[in-house]
Amino acid sequence: MASWKDISGVKQQIAASSAEEVTASYLETIEESRINGFVAIWDKALKAAREIDAGGHKGPLAGVPVAIKDNISTKGLSTTCSSKILQGYVPPYDAHVIEKLKAAGAVILGKTNMDEFAMGTSTESSHYGPTLNPWDTERVPGGSSGGSAAVVAAGEAPVSLGSDTGGSVRCPAAFCGVVGLKPTYGVVSRFGLISYANSLEQIGPMATTVTDIATLMDVIGGYDSRDSTSINRKNTYSDALKDDVKGLKIGVPEEYFGEGIDKNVEKAVWDAIGKYEEMGASWKKVSMPHTRYALASYYIIAMSEASSNLARFDGTRYGLRAEEGENWHTMASKTRAEGFGAEVKRRILLGTYALSAGYHDKYYLKALKVRTLVKQDFDRAFTDVDVLMAPTMPTPAFKIGEKIDDPLSLYLADVNTVPINLAGVPSISVPCGFSGGMPVGLQIMGKPFDENTILRAAYSFEQNTGHHKVRPGEVA
Amino acid sequence: MVYENPDGVKIGLEVHVQLNRLNTKLFCGCSTDYHNDEPNTHVCPVCLGLPGSLPVINERAVEFAIKIGLALNCEIVGQTQFHRKNYYYPDLPKGFQTTQYDYPIASRGKIVIEGEDGERIIRVTRAHMEEDPGRLQHIGTIEKSKGTLINYNRSGMTLIEIVSEPDMRSPKEARRYLDKLRSILDYLDVFNGDLEGAMRVDANVSVFNGERVEVKNISSFKGAERALLYEIMRQKNHVRRGGKIVLETRHFDEARGVTISMRTKEEEHDYRYFPEPDLVPMRVADRVPGILKALPELPDAKRERFISQYGIADMHARALTTEIRVANFYEEVASQVDPKTAAVWVADILKGELNYRDIGIDAFTVEDIVTVIGLVKEDKITEQSGVQIIRTVLDEGGRPQDIVVSKGLLKVEDDIVAKAVEEAVAESPEAVADYLAGKEKSLNFIVGKVMQKTKGRADAREARERVLARISK
Ligand SMILES: [Zn+2]
Repeated sequence: MASWKDISGVKQQIAASSAEEVTASYLETIEESRINGFVAIWDKALKAAREIDAGGHKGPLAGVPVAIKDNISTKGLSTTCSSKILQGYVPPYDAHVIEKLKAAGAVILGKTNMDEFAMGTSTESSHYGPTLNPWDTERVPGGSSGGSAAVVAAGEAPVSLGSDTGGSVRCPAAFCGVVGLKPTYGVVSRFGLISYANSLEQIGPMATTVTDIATLMDVIGGYDSRDSTSINRKNTYSDALKDDVKGLKIGVPEEYFGEGIDKNVEKAVWDAIGKYEEMGASWKKVSMPHTRYALASYYIIAMSEASSNLARFDGTRYGLRAEEGENWHTMASKTRAEGFGAEVKRRILLGTYALSAGYHDKYYLKALKVRTLVKQDFDRAFTDVDVLMAPTMPTPAFKIGEKIDDPLSLYLADVNTVPINLAGVPSISVPCGFSGGMPVGLQIMGKPFDENTILRAAYSFEQNTGHHKVRPGEVA
Repeated sequence: MVYENPDGVKIGLEVHVQLNRLNTKLFCGCSTDYHNDEPNTHVCPVCLGLPGSLPVINERAVEFAIKIGLALNCEIVGQTQFHRKNYYYPDLPKGFQTTQYDYPIASRGKIVIEGEDGERIIRVTRAHMEEDPGRLQHIGTIEKSKGTLINYNRSGMTLIEIVSEPDMRSPKEARRYLDKLRSILDYLDVFNGDLEGAMRVDANVSVFNGERVEVKNISSFKGAERALLYEIMRQKNHVRRGGKIVLETRHFDEARGVTISMRTKEEEHDYRYFPEPDLVPMRVADRVPGILKALPELPDAKRERFISQYGIADMHARALTTEIRVANFYEEVASQVDPKTAAVWVADILKGELNYRDIGIDAFTVEDIVTVIGLVKEDKITEQSGVQIIRTVLDEGGRPQDIVVSKGLLKVEDDIVAKAVEEAVAESPEAVADYLAGKEKSLNFIVGKVMQKTKGRADAREARERVLARISK
């Protein structure tokens, strides 16, 4: 296993050798990988690193290797959403975030494994097979950005990008013991992100430290005229990195400590809150009464949008094409039958049903109403407190195969992460302890556009505790 | 006279207008000037619907849409929004069409047309924005096609769908509505109606207050009239034979001039409309006053002004204001010669010649028509020669001044005519006697002789008068 490095560690190494050598060592590590985190490697990574060396690039990520979730478009590099239906698809353009990363000097290493079309909580629904959790290869890395979390945890990439639709960055961050941020909706351009549920998802950074998360946000955040939901608002995330939580008011939503919560997870989170108290913050319990409806609302909205977003994969223009049928419709339906996995089909069907005439009002419109109520819960809570804290996931990573045949129990695992996406607010997951040898994530949620407060809270915690420094295999 | 509409014909039209005068497409920066270019050369990830691409609204398209809404006397919505209309078709790259659903940009307007029995108001239900899909091209015939090619150059072009109430009572009224609509759109300079696919029509037709039938895919106004005539006849015959009209969609087969059933109500699509998450609701109310102020004078207003300003007949004013280019042409002519004379020459004569040749007003210049009118006015040529000059310019080219000379059209000197009259009368004693005996027709013989002697350059009416004067002396 490669040495576990953050961005500043990588930069020191580059200074001592070269970007090319650093990239090469990561590529070697990936080659020896046993976790199946990468699904494609960029064949021009070394060349890009050489160019960084030759050009004396001064960007904030000059020579830093980055792993990219397989649903973010990379020009000239296969992007498949880990689905059979997109086999062979190579985007002719870069996503906004990729342009930004390249401009900052980052070297794209390759694409990371994910739940097919970002639908899942375990990275088991990938066409490429599951990614294994580096802490325990019998366990899942979480999902859907499981590959992006696992490769960082395993030291196969210092940082990565994931996408978070209902917890897809925070869940694997918690399960793999790394840091993951879901930014406020509109803060990071979605241009080039292959949509699963557009109104909910954001691209988010994953790293071993909060500092790296802020650095990545400084690069990828900001306005993009190509995304109509992009917000024009200046922010320097690295300004938030202060070890100071004195006077910070923390809200602890009791609904996030519900039935089925793992005792050790609960304890680790309360210990963390206690630590904050020690550091000068105060906490109080708050109530988010609509939390219990959030999950249902989330799945209806996400599946509805997905049913429409995934309509374009018909075998006509790119990716898989099934044997020619007697007409276009047969070809398209054969392609979709062959190309999509079970979970994707399940969600397309449910979403189609929820939007259908006669059910539209009963399901889709009702879900939108619940969404408004969930948002109001956050608005109300934030009149009183600065941040909310809760477990990211109610349990540590479960065993591979344990829940794959029980989609409902998998959906229930998202109960603490999906309200964030419905409300569009930012949330970060930071390592806060262990349960049965597996990492536990503390979720810190903030007001819209107040990434800096949750980054400051996360940074202070990191500076005053050591959980993030523990590496796979080292936990007692 | 009151048009009674005994068969209870009701026609409503849905017209798709392609805003091909916009420089870029509705949701991307691709050029709209594709008509003469190779397939799939005006495309990008957005209009190809590539994974990860996102739409960004073309602000100028919104402006055009508001302009059209205002010209159709519509109310403009305060805040507009786009929806997804989900259906599968190979020309639809995203598997859904981005369109406007419950917040169309314009609604509740009206268009005044010349109906079967005088002016009629056709209500406009709504005008909404949407994107055009691509275009399919079958290799070989549809039946024996080896495959289908898709050209996405058209994909993402801005369409305005203008939906009327079922207020038209005959194919003729429907045609007039379409002509009027086209006229208004021409005035607004938002599209070039001559380009392929610029205006496409779907029609809703019912008779005897029965169920309505939708006829789709009509690509020309002439086709619309034919499709409606056929469909009304078909429905009436069906009812007379004891049949029942059911709610259905039919396709118009342009080549055969018939409508063919596509699907019944039971097979209707469920489009699963829902708000497009990638486009946020857009406030447009603030833009309305500015656009209203900049709205050009429209056909009806221009017609009234022509009547009062130039003192011309309503019939002439109508003919001159249907097309903006003709109206502008006329006004330039009227600024140089007597407006009433100009109206006759432009509306009756020139337009008649142009229509006969199926060409536009651009084929003739203001300068040339002013020259022709001047020559007639100064009595240098006959009106007949004026018409001949116009025809020559249109068919062979050349300038009127030259044509007058080369064709020898200038009226000849008085003494030549006088001499010819003298000779013709002298050479036709029998005809003179016949005329004096009451045979009016024999005068034509003498006049014909005069025209022969002057090689047709004399004015026939004038020659006739002179012969008469000479005989009755
Ligand atoms: Zn385009």
